[in-house]
Amino acid sequence: MKHVDPYRDPALCRELAQAIAKLCRRPVRFMELCGTHTMAIARHGLASLLPPTLEFVSGPGCPVCVTSAGQIDQAVALAGLDGVSVATFGDMLRVPGGQGSLAQARSRGGDVRVVYSAMDAVDLAQAMPGRRVAFLGIGFETTAPTTAAAILRAQALGLDNFSVLCLHKLMPPALAALLDGPDLGLDGFLCPGHVSTVIGAAPYQIAAERGLACVICGFEPVDILAGALMLLRQLDEGRPRVEIQYARAVEAQGNPRARAVMNQVFAAVDAPWRGLGWIAASGLAARPEFASFDAAKVFGLDLSEPPEPPGCLCGQVLRGLARPPQCALFGRACTPESPVGPCMVSSEGACAAWRSYRRED
Amino acid sequence: MAQNETIQLDHGAGGLASRRLLERVFAKHLANDVLAQMDDAAVLAAPGGRLVVSTDSFVVDPLFFPGGDIGCLAVHGTVNDVAMRGGRPLYLTAGFVLEEGLALADLERVVASMGRAAAQAGVKVIAGDTKVVGRGQADKLFINTAGIGVLADGLELGASRARAGDAVLVSGTLGDHGVTIMAARQGLGLDLSTRSDTAPLADLVADVLAACPGARLFRDPTRGGLATALKEIAEASGVAMELDEAAIPIAGAVAGACELLGLDPLYLANEGKLICVAPAEQAQAALAAMRGHRLGDRAAIIGRAVAEKPGRVWLNTAVGGRRLLEMLSGEPLPRIC
Ligand code: SF4
Ligand code: SF4
Repeated sequence: MKHVDPYRDPALCRELAQAIAKLCRRPVRFMELCGTHTMAIARHGLASLLPPTLEFVSGPGCPVCVTSAGQIDQAVALAGLDGVSVATFGDMLRVPGGQGSLAQARSRGGDVRVVYSAMDAVDLAQAMPGRRVAFLGIGFETTAPTTAAAILRAQALGLDNFSVLCLHKLMPPALAALLDGPDLGLDGFLCPGHVSTVIGAAPYQIAAERGLACVICGFEPVDILAGALMLLRQLDEGRPRVEIQYARAVEAQGNPRARAVMNQVFAAVDAPWRGLGWIAASGLAARPEFASFDAAKVFGLDLSEPPEPPGCLCGQVLRGLARPPQCALFGRACTPESPVGPCMVSSEGACAAWRSYRRED
Repeated sequence: MAQNETIQLDHGAGGLASRRLLERVFAKHLANDVLAQMDDAAVLAAPGGRLVVSTDSFVVDPLFFPGGDIGCLAVHGTVNDVAMRGGRPLYLTAGFVLEEGLALADLERVVASMGRAAAQAGVKVIAGDTKVVGRGQADKLFINTAGIGVLADGLELGASRARAGDAVLVSGTLGDHGVTIMAARQGLGLDLSTRSDTAPLADLVADVLAACPGARLFRDPTRGGLATALKEIAEASGVAMELDEAAIPIAGAVAGACELLGLDPLYLANEGKLICVAPAEQAQAALAAMRGHRLGDRAAIIGRAVAEKPGRVWLNTAVGGRRLLEMLSGEPLPRIC
């Protein structure tokens, strides 16, 4: 792969790794909040460049992983309705709920279509006036504004056959819940670059106040190593704070326009997180003036959470408290072909990343 | 043929409509002396030597994509399977399952493309079959092809023949086909300027064998991509593989699309590339032979077989890290954001 890319320069990576090794004098644990970081660390084999005393654990940063089983059941129920087409990102197809997955719903005759953006789903609704298109809105603050924009567009087009099943989640309340939960034994967070382009630096302040180093970090190998070095420096200086490594994309105040679109259409509601339970004000729902675009309301779907499958350690894995192979189901009952928990489904999920790219053992 | 003519159930009923379809579409583009006999089965002179036989079915969405279509793919896929064992492909059979309502013009485009691909690959389509199923019972058009080739005496190639110390080569950039299909699927309104690499590989194999008679095996890394194919070879041969990421050729547009979609090019399908494992001392000759061929100008030596920890495939990453490659599991799917 001939990337003449400064963010993949092997000499620079080696230098950074040496600086990290020098500064890492005691065992430290950093959590990457974002699944793209989990994946990048695994894919580039970065663990093999880092000293054994430095450990990265993955957190609840992949929206597929944290979508609750009850929410999947809602989507599956939608796919079973006559005249309804469910439009979804591909990752969601195989996530198991209590009543199976969307892929299974499709094999039973449900009309489930893979789209690549919320706008594609609006186009689909426009192209099929005789059907009702329900889009599964998923993702953190990175994607929620585009779903909001899709609703505004459907409204402007006067479409009455487009709606959104809103599974979007907000990152800051989850971070707060992690911090308020059992002690995670962490020294810092590698904060998600994409989400931060929208929310900015302020939401991580709560972690810094509790003595955890925070660096908002990009996704290339040099970014991640530089981010790790910045985290270690903060610890070394005894001055945990929020820093931005990914300055080429992230501004401290984030993107107020994207937040404004998101807030125009959605309001925060309590939401269930797979493995983490209900978190106050951590989800989004359409505001009353957009109720006609809210699939849960339009189709009268209730949310009931089935019990977690027995033996599943997703909740622990999502908090960085267990490594995927510690789950009794890992690689046995739970594989990427037939996942039990969502962490095995998304390519950014901790268990799938571990499976595909496990480190040298 | 009228512009908006479509496939009807009649076309598969064996009567006049079937006959007309055969003449107007299939015979027109696939004609040769054997097929012209119009008998229930083809009679062929025994070519001598050992036969190599392979079959594969093709279902691809969309039917037409940048760089190719299901028709040439159905030819290339099967002749390449024959070629990977060292066989010279001679004959193909083709079975079609058509969905009622398929535009006749689309069918003709596909069959014409098969005709060209067969001529280019030097094979004759010697038997065929058409079935029509009702609307909704198939997705537009499925094709099954079987290929027959001959294998020169003394030539033994196979997945279990890699030995520690051998070099691993690829004939060109990886992931072109997989990323193109992904991009061409419904909804992705992106112009990624990637093209499928679908192509017949028997000539390339012959050139490499002439320069590197000790070649251990060839493999076309189709579904599952390079990583899955090498893992299978490593397991079958009882060796480990060590690859250098920086040496693996990936086209810029493919690398960019993979970044965008969250895909790993090492797991994407290829339809016109091959892996060759060759003894280290013949590796340069094999490389030169590939580079001298139109389909191998970006060939590279990407790694080696090693004795330790048989069955594993290691990747030395471009940034100096190291990790294991596993087989593809599930379908590669683009990520959410
Ligand atoms: S890029 Fe978006 S979807 Fe992917 S892990 Fe980060 S926040 Fe989650
Ligand atoms: S192995 Fe499966 S069940 Fe266990 S934690 Fe991972 S995803 Fe959940």
